[in-house]
Amino acid sequence: MKEINDQAVQQVEEKALAIRRHIISMLCEAGSGHTGGSLSAADIVACLYFWEMKIDPAHPDWADRDRFVLSKGHAAPVLYAALAERGYFSPEKLMTLRKLGSRLQGHPDKRKLPGVEASTGSLGQGISWAVGMALAGKMDKKDSRVYAIVGDGELEEGMVWEASMAAAHYKLDNLLVFVDHNGLQIDGRITDVMSPEPITDKFRAFGWEVISIDGHDIRAIMKALNNARNIKGKPVVIVAETIKGKGCSFMENKVEWHGTAPNKEEMEKALAELV
Amino acid sequence: MKKQATREAYGKALVELGQQHHDIVVLDADLSKSTKTAEFAGLFPERFINAGIAEQNLMGMSAGLAASGKVVFASTFAVFAAGRAFEQIRNSIAYAELNVKICATHAGITVGEDGGSHQSIEDVSLMRSIPGMCVVVPADGPSTRQLLLELYERSGPAYLRLGRLAVPHIYNDDLKLQIGRGIELKDGKDATIIACGIMVEKSLQASEILAGEGIMVSVVDMHTIKPLDQELVIRKAQETGAILTVEEHSIIGGLGSAVCEVVSEYCPVPVLRLGIEDQFGQSGSPEELLQHYGLTVDKIAQKVRNLLKIL
Repeated sequence: MKEINDQAVQQVEEKALAIRRHIISMLCEAGSGHTGGSLSAADIVACLYFWEMKIDPAHPDWADRDRFVLSKGHAAPVLYAALAERGYFSPEKLMTLRKLGSRLQGHPDKRKLPGVEASTGSLGQGISWAVGMALAGKMDKKDSRVYAIVGDGELEEGMVWEASMAAAHYKLDNLLVFVDHNGLQIDGRITDVMSPEPITDKFRAFGWEVISIDGHDIRAIMKALNNARNIKGKPVVIVAETIKGKGCSFMENKVEWHGTAPNKEEMEKALAELV
Repeated sequence: MKKQATREAYGKALVELGQQHHDIVVLDADLSKSTKTAEFAGLFPERFINAGIAEQNLMGMSAGLAASGKVVFASTFAVFAAGRAFEQIRNSIAYAELNVKICATHAGITVGEDGGSHQSIEDVSLMRSIPGMCVVVPADGPSTRQLLLELYERSGPAYLRLGRLAVPHIYNDDLKLQIGRGIELKDGKDATIIACGIMVEKSLQASEILAGEGIMVSVVDMHTIKPLDQELVIRKAQETGAILTVEEHSIIGGLGSAVCEVVSEYCPVPVLRLGIEDQFGQSGSPEELLQHYGLTVDKIAQKVRNLLKIL
């Protein structure tokens, strides 16, 4: 059990803020991309990269590392920002997002960028990679863990449930999946477009341990991560209640910000709030 | 003549590989008895994963295992592998250049009685279109074994197309071959038959009939459809001036198309394609279906005669 104290919480909060500022700047520079869902996952990603995971940026291929799969690959900016902050590459490179020749592809490309564990973006596939990685970890009797974030809209993909069935069947207690439950997808509210609710009941019925938290409460995320580590014999899902666009008041809970990048003016407005 | 289905040879070769290499993991989707991965599963249960009837997750888990350093052999029927899980193969396996060998059995119409829904006649076309994907179609048991051993040594994604039906041995067990290099089985100056899979043996038989008529044809076993042995195709086009392709696959997008692409660009000569015309299969015994769709020794010989008339 890792100790959760004010200092640790504050450190991760600072990183989450830095990640959000990067997200806004890089998306503005790119001129396109997914702002809302990157911001909603920022606190979870910050906890993983700056508190939870056993990783070494100097040795991204270290065999015993923990692994993180961003199954909702369109939120690539939150992953890139975390990797840059963690020291995998220079933060200046964030400004190459989505540009020709960049290692920072529109959706994560494992071949191009060290630290990216899975090429994702086609929804539903990342969680399946994570299950495969967790199986490999079990086979090799490693104590490393596999983490993934899926979107709540992504739960509409049938493949997510194929993977969920397999994770429980193979008792993958080295697998922890977050659902970034921000309630919105491109065409509107998830409950209007194609409701995946009740999410917690579904995962429970599939044989998972389910933890529900506020996905923007760093202390709550840390606590859930601590608890998850002690659950044996089944995979754990943390259903994190989040706000799409979190941190920028004019973006919050606005479906328009799913796949829109801020212009210069909007960027300045956003950065003024992110302090 | 000894007969063996290529899926049988695959199952045996997997066990051989499993004994030698500990990084091998085999996955199946509830068809292990049919795909012949069951023997591996029995011997190495800790390295076998049944995905259940869930081919998308079969491919996704394969990607995750390969990304963790495993050499993955993923099996199911061709129609479900290349068809149903196409996009998982594309985005999770091939796009990431992962070391996953998709070993698909029950390809083509010789699936037989199960009918058109289960007869994959477009899998080579689909797999060939994916950047970096290696596509291999063995002709018999011994070459299946050799090609599988070669695929293990060759890093990256691959699609191995296997059949249900027992087919005669063409090769001995000591055969040596290379991925991407076609095998010249017969040398003749009048035309070249380029075949793959179960049609190689039939092409050899057809060449005997033709020889009796004074028509001397070359026969090539083009076991690797991608990367295609362009050099050999061009040389045979130059040497014989006419080519017939023969495959148990749609004439759209498979071996015939691959050969045409090379010939038309580098050495235009007449090419005829024998395969399944643009239509689905149906129920019937494999032998009846081969007759019905024209994949016979006589039809091959006839096509060569037609080809020579064009010249």
